[in-house]
Amino acid sequence: MFGRGLIKGLSVTMRHFIESYTYDRNPLRWFSLKGRYDQEWLEKRQSIDGKGIFTIQYPEQKRKITENFRYIPMLVYEESQEDPRCTACGICARVCPPQCIWIQRATDDKGRPQAKPAGFWIDATICMSCGFCAEFCPFDAIKMNQEHELAYANRDEGMFYNLDRLLKPVGYYAEIHPSDYEREEAARWAKEEAKRKAAEAKKAAEAKKKAEAEAAEAKKAAAAAEAEKATEPAAPDDLKRIEGIGPKIEGVLQAAGIKTFAQLADADADRLNQILEKADPNLMNLADVSSWPTQAKLAMRGKWEALERYQERLKGGREK
Amino acid sequence: MAVDLGAIEAQLNNSFPGAVVERDGDWLVVDADQLTAVATHLRDEMGFDFLTHLSASDYPDRIEVVYNLYSTQPDLRGPGLPLKVRIPDRDNPHLPSLVHIWPGANFQEREVWDMFGVRFGGHPNLKRILLWEGFEGHPLRKDWYEPYYEQDNKPYSSRWPNPESPKPRSAEERVRWRANLQYPMGFDPDPEQWQPLPEIDVDIGDKIDVNGLDTDRILLNIGPQHPSTHGVFRMVVGLQGETVTSVYPVVGHLHRNHEKIGERNLWTGNIPYTDRLDYISPMHNGFGYVVTVEKMMGQEVAERAEYLRVIMGELTRVVNHILAIGFLFNELGAMMTPMLYAFTEREHVLDLFEEASGARMMVNYFRFGGVSRDVSDEWLKRCRQVVGRLDRKIDEFEFLLTENEIFIARARGVSPMTWQQLASYGVTGPMLRSAGLPYDIRKVEPYSIYESFDFDIPTYDTGDLYDRYRQRIAEARESVKILYQAVDRIPANGSIQAGKKSWNPKVPAGEAYGRVEHPKGELGFYLVSDGGTNPYRYHVRSPCFVNLGALEVMSVGHLLADAIVILGSIDTTMGEVDR
Repeated sequence: MFGRGLIKGLSVTMRHFIESYTYDRNPLRWFSLKGRYDQEWLEKRQSIDGKGIFTIQYPEQKRKITENFRYIPMLVYEESQEDPRCTACGICARVCPPQCIWIQRATDDKGRPQAKPAGFWIDATICMSCGFCAEFCPFDAIKMNQEHELAYANRDEGMFYNLDRLLKPVGYYAEIHPSDYEREEAARWAKEEAKRKAAEAKKAAEAKKKAEAEAAEAKKAAAAAEAEKATEPAAPDDLKRIEGIGPKIEGVLQAAGIKTFAQLADADADRLNQILEKADPNLMNLADVSSWPTQAKLAMRGKWEALERYQERLKGGREK
Repeated sequence: MAVDLGAIEAQLNNSFPGAVVERDGDWLVVDADQLTAVATHLRDEMGFDFLTHLSASDYPDRIEVVYNLYSTQPDLRGPGLPLKVRIPDRDNPHLPSLVHIWPGANFQEREVWDMFGVRFGGHPNLKRILLWEGFEGHPLRKDWYEPYYEQDNKPYSSRWPNPESPKPRSAEERVRWRANLQYPMGFDPDPEQWQPLPEIDVDIGDKIDVNGLDTDRILLNIGPQHPSTHGVFRMVVGLQGETVTSVYPVVGHLHRNHEKIGERNLWTGNIPYTDRLDYISPMHNGFGYVVTVEKMMGQEVAERAEYLRVIMGELTRVVNHILAIGFLFNELGAMMTPMLYAFTEREHVLDLFEEASGARMMVNYFRFGGVSRDVSDEWLKRCRQVVGRLDRKIDEFEFLLTENEIFIARARGVSPMTWQQLASYGVTGPMLRSAGLPYDIRKVEPYSIYESFDFDIPTYDTGDLYDRYRQRIAEARESVKILYQAVDRIPANGSIQAGKKSWNPKVPAGEAYGRVEHPKGELGFYLVSDGGTNPYRYHVRSPCFVNLGALEVMSVGHLLADAIVILGSIDTTMGEVDR
């Protein structure tokens, strides 16, 4: 029959049209802003079994960024900005395909080069986000940042990253690339362990004699240090700065022996839940403890700004 | 079947004494004076009737023009016959043109003239193709320097350890070579004095006479800013009434001299640049480049990485084909619906790419000897689900489009081509197969691990628009078949990198032409290494560029509305055409 193919095709478009409204079984969603921007619904529509309309309402809705996503490089530091992982070896500047990295090596007072950058510039206007610098860095010092909504009025100042803007704490890196971070740490730990064992075996022989003589003295010193530590408990921190902890929970935690950010950072979610449940079963339902250790880690290092940024993404201690 | 170079050399020297000057590695060096006779003999008598690649390379004492001949005959398909011609006179190089033997040489000879300044005697229209008339110099010559030229090879020494200017400000201020600008002869850089250059002189064409119509011949410019030209592409169409009498494609609006950039880059540094060639199917571009470099290096590839390469490559192919169909229908007037359905499926595949490589389009995924990142078991599971979804969606596409009466009326019988015609134009890929020649590099000259998969090369007969559509659907189905096998058989927990990954690999001196079956046709890389850290010559044989050469012969005699659709059916991406 002439027109059969047309009708078949139209049935497909018709099905798509209807499914756009019926897929989540609540067509009324479309008439409220909140419903239209619902993240849960979005993920359902965009899943592999999803049907109907596929688009999102940017910027009200945003897609989740995958862990591997890369944009502009950043430099990782461990303890302080003065001591970045970077050794200014220059491999990133040499492998960079558009040559957008400039490195100036630091020198000491006598003018000898140091394993540290004095200046580090990345021109984001010509960076092609290829990730070679991060991939070939032998010190895990340069990594790919995921901040991608960059807009500046002036390209020279905004898009030209200097050392101050490139340096990011290792905690931030661990947050955006968790599995890469874990793998690298495991590899580093294994390496250090092997090194330490080799050194130990070497030292063990010569240290044996010495150790025997010094054993008694060392024991005495250690005992004294421990005693000192015990008599001087760490000053309690203001746990209320963690989102999700109010005065009541703070009291409960302090009673259970968690008084500082460091202690909270060490506690895992199960233990915290147990403490709360013991004190008052209602508390456990009210609070979500999962983000507390991460927050405490940031607070412990004094990263208040990072903590605030992190808290913006939280709602009642839970990631939005 | 491998080509026996010795036998061919003997046979050629027998017929034309002194024709083959010497053997240079795998290449036969042919005497320039006898080139036309040798080429005709090779085409007519010896079966090498398929010229796919023609380019050149500049050396201090000579210019070499290289030709890669292949065969469409069943027993000679496979590795081809590489020829080269040496031109010692760098100041005034000239060669006989091969356009009358292979019309497909037209665009590529124009490119060689544009980039190297080799004059091809007997070429019907030897004009610049990627650059504009009036451009000063031939940029791929080694003694030509671009504005802002800094150094011959990356890495630039100003970047480390102590840059000359500690804080560079902007691109214009950064380099002190910014005055390195070359103006065309007689060009005055003062804007007040500027006069536009004369327009391209185009032949309106009197090849077709439309009888019984008393119409004026007119010349119509379509593009470069036109939504139906797939990017910045200009088509100068001669019309009589509504019938197309001539087509003159004007390309190069997106030209950035990818090849010069490639010669400055490190070998590794070219991988991310290949993603920018055909940005619709970036995964396959890197595939072609690494396969060629591995051929030169003699590098092994880790087995798990081979499977990942095939998975990425075939996902790209499915996406490319359904997207091509979406655009084809857009041009037919089915505004947006099939195209947006295609984009929905593409999103799922791009999600997979992003998770595996870190970027959706500029993937930078291939490495010499492996791939950049491993994938998780979860990823493979999701990949399988996406493949299942693609499988269903191809059915849906067919249900939606194949029997559509309007489409059949518009497409069937429009622009029918024989495969002999297409092969003479160097056309490769789905278009050639839709005309009946089962020529697929994955089968005729297998690379990677394609030999171990069970798949067919579908073909159709007429090569008209409708067959080109069905061909793409059929090839997408075959790719899905390969994907099912690859996802099932991929070795668990293998290494993804053979040998040690180096940021500056050693590529031994030599030259190679490597090709892969890109979704759009034969993607070739012609690379010359002098043993240094950078390629000496880096040439991309772009399938879209060569396929566009057949646009005129496919469009002439059809209606203007069909010419737009014919352009769409070639499936071009300007990023690759203009390079």
